[in-house]
Amino acid sequence: MNVSVLQFPGTNCEYDTQYAFEKLGCTVNIIWHKETTLPSNTDLLVIPGGFSYGDYLRSGAIARFASIMDAVQEYAAKGGKILGICNGFQILLEAGLLPGAMKRNDKLHFISKIVPLKVVSNNNTFLQKLELGDTLNIPVAHHDGNYFIDDAGLEDLIKNDQILLRYCDEDSKEINLNGSVSNIAGICNKDKNIFALMPHPERALEEILGSTDGIKMLEGFLNK
Amino acid sequence: MKAIVNIGLKKGVLDDQGKATHHALDTLGFKDIVKDVRIGKQIIIELSSSTEEAARTEVTNMCEKLLANTVIEDYSIEIIG
Repeated sequence: MNVSVLQFPGTNCEYDTQYAFEKLGCTVNIIWHKETTLPSNTDLLVIPGGFSYGDYLRSGAIARFASIMDAVQEYAAKGGKILGICNGFQILLEAGLLPGAMKRNDKLHFISKIVPLKVVSNNNTFLQKLELGDTLNIPVAHHDGNYFIDDAGLEDLIKNDQILLRYCDEDSKEINLNGSVSNIAGICNKDKNIFALMPHPERALEEILGSTDGIKMLEGFLNK
Repeated sequence: MKAIVNIGLKKGVLDDQGKATHHALDTLGFKDIVKDVRIGKQIIIELSSSTEEAARTEVTNMCEKLLANTVIEDYSIEIIG
């Protein structure tokens, strides 16, 4: 399986993402933002975490106009699979590939810790290896992870089974980590080919780093 | 010609920075007079447009495309001749 990972100025999770997918047996290519095409054999495109363009103006707002983004829009329109992690989530929102917007965390703190996540939907490629209600321990590290969508938009997300993950505590009881509407940590688009989450599954692959739950998530993409 | 663009969170979208600042003003002794605090950003753009109308059209376009995220933000434009 071939994974393409985008790299903007300020991206800082591209090599962790490469490590993660290589560990799962994939071939990984890192694609510089000035490129205008994606490798034609791309099975999965990952927009990794970081602080593209220093989060200037709004997180993801400048990256969305990078040269590579036309190719990303085209790939998405053809049904290509995309995973956005953290800043990747913010970029997908700014690019209009996912609904809603990201605000600054409600208590204005940068939150960096391992948090439990509850699987809300597994009727999709990404989380197909997991059971509904499963709890996963995955690190978060973000300042702008306060997901906002209006009431009508939230209704649509629920109706179309687009909410993937919610923040919870160790007993799987939902918590509001950062102000996110409906405790949302991850969503997908209606066609279920574009996925995004604020937490970092690529940082949860080794026992020594506190959790290997990220493997169960990323493995979902291996079944074509 | 110059455009002054003010961008802030829409009504109904909780402004956490404004709220935190409001609390701080309360503790500083301004509780009786401060009713609400909203925080936004201001972008000043130097333009070579020939008319105010043309400038406004272009800057509106800039706001819709990049400067504001209209899912959560409102903007206002002031053109100074």
